[in-house]
Amino acid sequence: MISLGWTGRLVLIGVPFLWLTLFFLLPLLIVVKISLAESTIGIPPYTPLLVNHEGGVELHATTANFALIAGDDLYLRAYLGSLGNAAVATALCLLIGYPVAYTVARSQGARRHLLLFLVMLPFWTSFLIRVYAWIAILEPNGLLNQSLMALGLIAARLPLLNNQFSVELGLVYSYLPFMILPLYGSLSRLDRSLIEAAADLGARPLRAFLGVTLPLTLPGIVAGSLLVLIPAIGEFVIPDLLGGPDTQMIGKVLWDEFFNNRDWPVAAAVAVVLVMALAVPLLAAQRFLERGHAA
Amino acid sequence: MARLDILGISKHFGAVAAVEDVSLGVERGAFYALLGPSGCGKTTLLRMIAGFETPDSGRVVIDGVDVTGLPPYARPVNMMFQSYALFPHMDVAGNIAFGLRQERMDRRRIAARVEEMLALVQMAGYARRRPHELSGGQRQRVALARALAKTPKLLLLDEPLAALDRKLRAETRLELVGIQERVGTTFLVVTHDQEEALSMANCVAVMDRGRVVQTGAPSEIYERPASRFVADFVGEVNLFEGGLTAGFNCLSLTVAGFPEPFPLPSGTQLPEGAAVALIVRPEKLVLSHAPPAGLAIAATVSSVGYLGGGSMVQLTTDQGKALKAYLPGVAADGFGRGTPVWASWPTDAGVVLIQ
Repeated sequence: MISLGWTGRLVLIGVPFLWLTLFFLLPLLIVVKISLAESTIGIPPYTPLLVNHEGGVELHATTANFALIAGDDLYLRAYLGSLGNAAVATALCLLIGYPVAYTVARSQGARRHLLLFLVMLPFWTSFLIRVYAWIAILEPNGLLNQSLMALGLIAARLPLLNNQFSVELGLVYSYLPFMILPLYGSLSRLDRSLIEAAADLGARPLRAFLGVTLPLTLPGIVAGSLLVLIPAIGEFVIPDLLGGPDTQMIGKVLWDEFFNNRDWPVAAAVAVVLVMALAVPLLAAQRFLERGHAA
Repeated sequence: MARLDILGISKHFGAVAAVEDVSLGVERGAFYALLGPSGCGKTTLLRMIAGFETPDSGRVVIDGVDVTGLPPYARPVNMMFQSYALFPHMDVAGNIAFGLRQERMDRRRIAARVEEMLALVQMAGYARRRPHELSGGQRQRVALARALAKTPKLLLLDEPLAALDRKLRAETRLELVGIQERVGTTFLVVTHDQEEALSMANCVAVMDRGRVVQTGAPSEIYERPASRFVADFVGEVNLFEGGLTAGFNCLSLTVAGFPEPFPLPSGTQLPEGAAVALIVRPEKLVLSHAPPAGLAIAATVSSVGYLGGGSMVQLTTDQGKALKAYLPGVAADGFGRGTPVWASWPTDAGVVLIQ
């Protein structure tokens, strides 16, 4: 190991520390501060936390916003709806992504590079444009319905857009690469002689997979699932563009509170609760990965 | 214990022939070694016996049963991998039990068998350790225990000692032989280390560029190599090339630059004028200060390498040819660098090879 010296170490730790403080912790604290304020008409549209009152400084905080969220089951339904949609999308991404990652990891040389390139190709186009493209495909008069009808496979147009189906499709489509890449990382690091050893010891392919491949790629599965689950829970664009009136997702509720109702304190409270709810699976996964690392 | 027959096996990777028409018979209970330089096809041959590679042609027969088309998990064969391939997410007991669990053996019998195997490789008490908590030598023992746990008819060992340091390698060599004798399983070991093959095996097959070039007992391979490749690969040699001439009462070899022809071992029967090579092992060479009776080569000592049990003396003949002589113990003391010497050997110690 290279010896860095006292200043070197301070810079090495200090720079990312400063970065995280400035761009992560501080904004989060501002959001927490807003969530404790009251909504007013003005700029900014919330009351200050500290007010001058009769010569002294007085703390002006309220938990009313959190009480509102707890009291109205619209929010609870949105949270659970988000979690449900994101969980289904994560499961589907895993089911689709694992065989894909397996194939990429097993291929050699130029073929492997080509497949990896194809996995990452969607990132070359704006996410928003790709979601709009799905609208064109799924519309009642869209590409898919017209093709199916032209082929004579369906008699009437299928309701493909603005429902649960299109939201799930959008989530799986958008987040699949985030599942495939960590799985690929795990699978390509897997020593092939371990699979051969399992076969040599009498394990049929399925048992070798369940007994050796799957447990050894668990870190990749956890990492990929988090990379899909966390952003999918807070997703706003996909439910807004592809979802229907019955689509309840917390990202959309948050957006509505901020921009339609201009109720920043309630929106901030929604965000604070979301961050705290997401911290639980993240910390659990972190502990799991650390334990796996130590073993 | 089983008999293994390999019948005319070939395997090509693209245009490259990895194994070319190899036939071998491994006796029941044998400790058989496949010896050859890296890339000679010995590992590919082993992988075809285990079922990881499919031969292009030929058959693998174990105890009279053709297993060529069987997948690895259906073959009565187990393998010890060069990397050991221990499952990192299982402890030692879990690794050894893995094969037994595939047979759905009941828990108590598995536990008993695991204990038995741990005792066999002297690893009792390590059952709960993970592979990363073990030393290289301990991992090697666990890999051996795991491969033997299912009492395979045939155990394949791919460079079993390559990952160990020199001292441990020598100890483990003896131990492997001991374990093989105790369990009686037929062992087929692949190695590039001639010392390893000669010391452990009771039969050796030497491979070169995909073909088996000689099979036989270790002493046969060493004392009577069938080709220059075998002579050169297995041990050190002094090699003289030349043409045959008829002498008084025996054939002899005329070597360019040397005034006198070299007498060949009695019983050599070759057509006159054939191009042959005479090889003499370094330990057969005798050095003396005064010219001995019979053929002797005048040379100068160019260096002496002390090896502990003896010394390897490098000589340069007056004709400029380099020779090696191995002198046991402290016999090299009188032959310091620059000493003029006479090198000779008993006529029958030479081996004649047709080129």
